Amino acid sequence: MSGQPFRLDGGGRIDRSRTVRFTFDGAACEGHPGDTLSSALLAGGRHLIARSFKYHRPRGILAGGVEDPNALVQVVTRADLSEPNKRAGQVEIYNGLKVRSQNRWPSLDFDIGAWTDRLSALFPAGFYYKTFKWPAAAWMTYERIIRRSAGQGRAPTGPDPDRYEHRHAHCDVLVAGGGPAGIAAALAAGRAGARVILAGEQGELGGSLLDEPADGRRIEGQPAADWLAAALAELAALDNVRVLARTTVSAYYDHNFLVLLERVTDHLAPADRTAALPRQRLWKLRARRVVLATGAVERPLVFPDNDRPGILLAGSMRRYLNRYAVAPGRRVALFTSNDTAYRTALDLIAAGVTVGAVVDTRPAPDGPLARQVRDAGVAVMGGSTVVRTSGRRRIDGIEVMRLAADGRSVEPGLSTQIGCDALAVSGGWNPLIGLHAQARGRPVYDPDTGAFLPGEPVAAERSAGGCRGTLSLGGALAEGFVAGADAARDAGCAGAVPPKPPIVAEEAEAPPRVLWRLPGRHGRPGRAFVDYQSDVTDKDLKLALREGYRSVEHVKRYTTAGMGVDQGKIGNVNVLGVVADALGVPVPEIGVTTFRQPYTPVTFGAIAGRGPGRFLDPVRTTPMHAWHAANGAEFENVGQWKRAWFYRRDGESMARAVNREVAAARAGAGILDASTLGKIDVRGPDAATFLDRVYTNMFSTLKVGRARYGFMLGEDGMVMDDGVTARLADDHFHMTTTTGGAASVLTWLESWLQTEWPELKVYLTSVTEQWAVMSLCGPMSRQILAPLTEGIDFDGDAFPFMSFRDGTVAGVPARVFRISFTGELSYEVNVPAAYGLAVWQALMAAGRPHGLTPYGTEAMHVLRAEKGFIIVGQETDGTVTPIDLGMDWIVSKKKDFIGRRSLFRSDTVRTDRKQLVGLLTDEPGHVLEEGAQLIDEATVPRPPVAMRGHVTSSYHSPNLGRSIALALVEDGRARMGGRIYAALADRTVPATIVSPVFYDPEGKRQDG
Amino acid sequence: MMLIECPWCGPRDQSEFRCGGEAHIVRPTDSEGMSDAEWADYVFMRKNPKGIHHERWFHAHGCRRWFNMTRDTVSDRILAVYKVGETSPVGDGAAAEAGAEASK
Repeated sequence: MSGQPFRLDGGGRIDRSRTVRFTFDGAACEGHPGDTLSSALLAGGRHLIARSFKYHRPRGILAGGVEDPNALVQVVTRADLSEPNKRAGQVEIYNGLKVRSQNRWPSLDFDIGAWTDRLSALFPAGFYYKTFKWPAAAWMTYERIIRRSAGQGRAPTGPDPDRYEHRHAHCDVLVAGGGPAGIAAALAAGRAGARVILAGEQGELGGSLLDEPADGRRIEGQPAADWLAAALAELAALDNVRVLARTTVSAYYDHNFLVLLERVTDHLAPADRTAALPRQRLWKLRARRVVLATGAVERPLVFPDNDRPGILLAGSMRRYLNRYAVAPGRRVALFTSNDTAYRTALDLIAAGVTVGAVVDTRPAPDGPLARQVRDAGVAVMGGSTVVRTSGRRRIDGIEVMRLAADGRSVEPGLSTQIGCDALAVSGGWNPLIGLHAQARGRPVYDPDTGAFLPGEPVAAERSAGGCRGTLSLGGALAEGFVAGADAARDAGCAGAVPPKPPIVAEEAEAPPRVLWRLPGRHGRPGRAFVDYQSDVTDKDLKLALREGYRSVEHVKRYTTAGMGVDQGKIGNVNVLGVVADALGVPVPEIGVTTFRQPYTPVTFGAIAGRGPGRFLDPVRTTPMHAWHAANGAEFENVGQWKRAWFYRRDGESMARAVNREVAAARAGAGILDASTLGKIDVRGPDAATFLDRVYTNMFSTLKVGRARYGFMLGEDGMVMDDGVTARLADDHFHMTTTTGGAASVLTWLESWLQTEWPELKVYLTSVTEQWAVMSLCGPMSRQILAPLTEGIDFDGDAFPFMSFRDGTVAGVPARVFRISFTGELSYEVNVPAAYGLAVWQALMAAGRPHGLTPYGTEAMHVLRAEKGFIIVGQETDGTVTPIDLGMDWIVSKKKDFIGRRSLFRSDTVRTDRKQLVGLLTDEPGHVLEEGAQLIDEATVPRPPVAMRGHVTSSYHSPNLGRSIALALVEDGRARMGGRIYAALADRTVPATIVSPVFYDPEGKRQDG
Repeated sequence: MMLIECPWCGPRDQSEFRCGGEAHIVRPTDSEGMSDAEWADYVFMRKNPKGIHHERWFHAHGCRRWFNMTRDTVSDRILAVYKVGETSPVGDGAAAEAGAEASK
């Protein structure tokens, strides 16, 4: 047993028949199945396992579980794959486990960063805020250096190869916590027939029951372990109860929605993790009732040098001793303010460990437990306090003095030196009320125990056992049974039976004494850590108060107390106590800090679940997508859609490709996949009336067979969406919207129909994906399309602009619109989506002799900009009216419509609003940056500079042989021919304000 | 995350819904005769009460129906769910009492 010198020969719940080998900072270590990393390291005699956050002080294991502020480690899987800030008490060891300590360099035992500790007087709270404030720009340099020396582990650099799952579930009763109260609650609720989920954080359920020695407290006359085994067997036999081990209830949200993190394979050696199981599973649970049985964590005492390795919480020490059969040292001293430490002392004595003394802040400790310890021949030093500890990498002794009656100073006299290699401390217990508080329950302060207890619940939850401040085993079991039965009854389970709590034989505990900052020797208060993880001492807290911070939320942020990975589970109540004490006010007066989700850290992988990568967001493709991809298309994301951006031919640059496509569309023929445009089928006897109300222009006068371009405004008068809508029949319209606006426009229209005008008989159906749309444009478009088409007369006036015809194209039923977004003669061919690719291919084949060129969205943008056609969301940004765009003609004066009244507000009728104009730069080759600010001055004056507008669209126009831009400019229409300057970082670019229509202003080309 | 009782579909997770803000705002029919301030009040001004609030909700990922809800904005307790065109079964005063009762 040379690798485990502190392992006891008997007892514990570990499997001594097998040895598990792992490494810590490269050193070979061993333990047994059943060990956590903490217990195995302690069995090996290793207490120093971390360096502290700020001062790089040597730190050891303080507590037994997730609350430990010191024992954070990095679990390494591969060079690029490791997980930081794992709580050592939660890491179950397996063969081949590799663990690294954190925040040390070059090594844990010799750490250069520890110089900060020697100079700690120079690093008070707020040091970084004050010192590195100036010059502001230098912070970026300081920050990198500071971050390297103050940190907690390293983020992995490689991608996460593991699989994570989400699971949604419902239950009648969720029991959070696998200790005695939780098991009792699950039994009671399960017996009543409720669907129960019992979530326990550890690998083995039982909580404090597992910490009882074989001859410890008895339940119904049996050892605790036997009662536990029977209870778990009964739960396993109940079909309506699901027991989840290694599962933390991490978040409690409104209406009893809870999130649980189940660590499915973390405890297994990588070779034993089957591909069938996810690494972790995130449960999203809706529970009718919740029983909180999360227990309590022990509170350290705040005394000088209270952070040395070898100092453990008394209850945790007892856990290592009894559950893991690990002796904390050879000679142990105890320091307490309550009876907890006496149980530990008794179990240490029974295990053959020498107990040096029990130092108790209470003047006359004389409860049944204290008497037993005294009877065993151990010195119990009442009314005393530890004024100093010694030992560099591990405690080697304590110095004890008599406390003055008020507990604020020590009495004159000699001190007592006690040698020890471990010290158990207990300052009382903090009920874990985090979930209660997350569920909006308010904590209530109990001055007798210095603890916050759960107040009146707001959600449908109840607390039982340690988290309710009930520390006796019998009390916890009794409360658990009652809470479980009540929860089942409230959840509507008729089978609830009155529970009979078991009888527990245990000693009564004497009342504790509440003291916050314990004194040092006269005039030498020493350094006492309140929040170990953030290296916050009582001095830091008092400094924050001196500097004027009063709210505990501000004190917390200034000192970073409670802001570590442990979220102050151990330290926060001491922070409140020390602050209240310093201010001379009762603890409840300064309030508590907010408890936020999650209770313990949740891996990003578990939150993402199966969502990352290609599952993150749906990808929408058009029926012709494969053709585009096979023909050199590069795609642009438009919302979830992939749209062909341009088609690269023979390795040409994007600019060349776009120029080629733009020129072809005007000279011969171009074709665009326009399938992504939003399409809404509007039907019903009141359809025309409805459209009159939602569009600025009149649709009731539109003749069947004709189409009209329309604007939709918000009620604020600003342009919201645009599109062409055609009348298929008296009561039937085909509406198109922008690609990005399709879903929001449908929802918007539905809201008006359902809530404002329910009397209108109109039905809306999204048909975006039902139609494949190809827009054929250019002077040759008619020659290409007509021979493929049957049933449509293309001759002159028979098929006028802004109308549509039904027929067949390439043998497929089609609806052909004569509308144009390029200014050229254009036909928009709509066919059922399934035929999209076939018809596209037929058009391409028919168009080949005519030079038909597919063009993408970039060319489409250039073509429409040449014509001054706007794009909603590019020329408009929610502050632009139709009048600002120079489109007064689209605003009907004969009817009301959404947004109409806003067009006559004093602000919207101003004549100097930003208006749509064109810009021509003096340098024809210079393409302005979109978004560039426009100013009146040729050289940028001293700020503030009046911004006259901004560039909304800017391209090189191959048809004009120069750059063009659209812009919104204050009073722009009155400034035609005037000068304006685009302000760049280092110069300005002069331009002339012109009409936004650059090409074919007479509009002759749309008729071919 | 709230559990919302859609009047058409029953109880569903909040993630299926979208909140549409304050309910019972009637679109003026005589906007022509309204002052800028009156019109702005309709377009822009909304209550933001601490307590009882009647609001519109949309079952976006469900039946796609709009409906109304009376909610206590402090506790997120849902006091009533009712259809468009109906009035809340809990008036502001009654709702406050109901909320106090429910939280007991």
